[in-house]
Amino acid sequence: MRFTRAQRYLHATLFTTFLGLAATGLPMRFSESIWARGLAKAVGGFGAILFFHKLCAVVLTLAFLYHVKDIFTRALVHREKGVFWGATSMVANWKDVKDLFGHFRWFLGLGPKPQFERYAYWEKFDYWAVFWGMVVIGFSGYAMWFAPFFAHFLPGWALNAVLVIHSEEGLLAILFIFSIHFVNTHLRPDSFPMDLVIFTGVESEEEFKTKRSMEYARLASQGKLEKRIAPAPGIWQINFSKVVGYTAIAIGLILLVLTLSAYFI
Amino acid sequence: MKTASFLALALGALLATGGPRLAKAETDCLACHGEKGMQDASGHRISVDGQTFGASIHGSLKCGDCHATIKDYPHPDQITPVKCETCHADQAAGLVGSVHANRAEHPCTSCHGDAHSIFPKDDPRSAVYPLNVPRTCGACHGNAAMAKKHGLPNVYPLYIDSIHGFALSKEGLLVAANCQSCHGSHHILSHKDPQSATYKTNIPKTCGNCHAGITAEYMNGVHGKAVAAGDLKAPVCTDCHTAHAILQPTAAAFRMQSTPICGSCHKEKLSTYRDTFHSQLGSLGGYVETARCWDCHGAHDVLPASDPNSPIAPANLVATCGRCHAGANASFVQYQPHANAYNRKLNPALYFVRLFMNLLLAGTLTFFVIHTILWLIRSRYDQIKKKSINGGENA
Repeated sequence: MRFTRAQRYLHATLFTTFLGLAATGLPMRFSESIWARGLAKAVGGFGAILFFHKLCAVVLTLAFLYHVKDIFTRALVHREKGVFWGATSMVANWKDVKDLFGHFRWFLGLGPKPQFERYAYWEKFDYWAVFWGMVVIGFSGYAMWFAPFFAHFLPGWALNAVLVIHSEEGLLAILFIFSIHFVNTHLRPDSFPMDLVIFTGVESEEEFKTKRSMEYARLASQGKLEKRIAPAPGIWQINFSKVVGYTAIAIGLILLVLTLSAYFI
Repeated sequence: MKTASFLALALGALLATGGPRLAKAETDCLACHGEKGMQDASGHRISVDGQTFGASIHGSLKCGDCHATIKDYPHPDQITPVKCETCHADQAAGLVGSVHANRAEHPCTSCHGDAHSIFPKDDPRSAVYPLNVPRTCGACHGNAAMAKKHGLPNVYPLYIDSIHGFALSKEGLLVAANCQSCHGSHHILSHKDPQSATYKTNIPKTCGNCHAGITAEYMNGVHGKAVAAGDLKAPVCTDCHTAHAILQPTAAAFRMQSTPICGSCHKEKLSTYRDTFHSQLGSLGGYVETARCWDCHGAHDVLPASDPNSPIAPANLVATCGRCHAGANASFVQYQPHANAYNRKLNPALYFVRLFMNLLLAGTLTFFVIHTILWLIRSRYDQIKKKSINGGENA
């Protein structure tokens, strides 16, 4: 058992709204491209696209706020250890820096493969990229949505800047998730064609041991491995996860191709 | 015998009153030409409906007034064509030098219709009655082959779907502009002729015949002043509204098509507008409410920002932006609707924000693309070496 039900729901909300935001945001960013008008028309014209974009944004904002509240509740109210620091934390530490260089050495055949804890450095990067991205894109998005209100405390040029920030950061998020995250997490040989753990919550003990050997060793030495055992997912759960996962990846790849086509065609 | 002569008398009286205003002498001509479907040797219709002719504007004339060369019966088969200009000298003079000057190609009847059923132009039966003019002109100017042959646009379909065409054909408005409201009737000149009502610099005056208020506004703006000063690059009414396919300016189609028209001269302004949310939202169709050029700059009385009457004069910006953005304040209107994120001098803050975002994007992606590609190669290498299966099967 790697992910709790709440964590999986959070990821589901995140990628659903993210796909929605990307699908409705890209036609705006590339409004002059050939596919943008067709896509806007398919959704029901531009009023509709903007409505869906804002709807997804609000849902994602709520999910984000819930997540932040959850973290602080766990750390401060329940006094849960390892939220902000330690082996199981999302916060980067010195080991992550060493792992990054170690990983590169291993890529080039210059050293052994680093052993990873609960969250590897690229997973932490994904997490913080999304975290920072949501703050930046969210703030700049709301600044445009409620521009006259934000103008009370932002200078005029900032209203110009928020569009640039919003679209560039959004583009970075789209390009990153639909290429780097897809490959790093799902399409690389260790996980190909898809790492279902974020959908089912569980992975085989063998996979756990291979991918996150340090966490496995730590749990084994603490005698906590037993606690992590969960029943294998039902066949329906696996199939459902595959349908959802492949759909998300397919939509993502299509949007990636469209985005790149807007630059190169 | 008595009965027969009475019948003959009655028939004669009937014929004489057949066309109420026909003089008795005309009955001689109609004795032959009154026969329906009468044709000459070359197949031209030479029958005349006495009733209709009598009611027409020429009903009081005698046949010989127009067909002046026919004195006796029988008359020759070949007769000289009727010269309308004998009476209508002003109109004939107008045709000289006009686009329809060639009388063989454009006889009077090509517009006025059958010579024996011409009605005054305020009579709905007339081919040149205002509501009938577009159809009359369209007989030639709605013909694609004819338009192509003369290098003219096929204007009738454009006009008839325009706001003028709808006003005329759907509402039956006599004041709606028809062809001759702009082009004139007899002395129609090419739009390339400086004397023409449709020559570029004459357009504001021509449209102003009806749209006097708008024309006065226009003449007050930068475009009107430039045209009045002889600048042929400045737009007149037709450059933005088109000549024939004029749309209702609030219609979605017009709002969608007009921005590129302004941009065809104001290229740099269009390009910077394209970078803004106004354009990104607006250019995708369906969502037409976002600001187009004239929503901020005004349409007819476009004035520079330095003019205190301009909607984009600094003192008026809060009101102008506030028309869409309720609650716009002094800080809000500092927004640059034509900011150029690549111009360090004009928009330094935006320039550096853009540069930072671009570097962040390029840097992050470059690093991770290299990272991921190396990782893929290495993992695949291990996989082949160890002959292991894909990880996804373990889930």
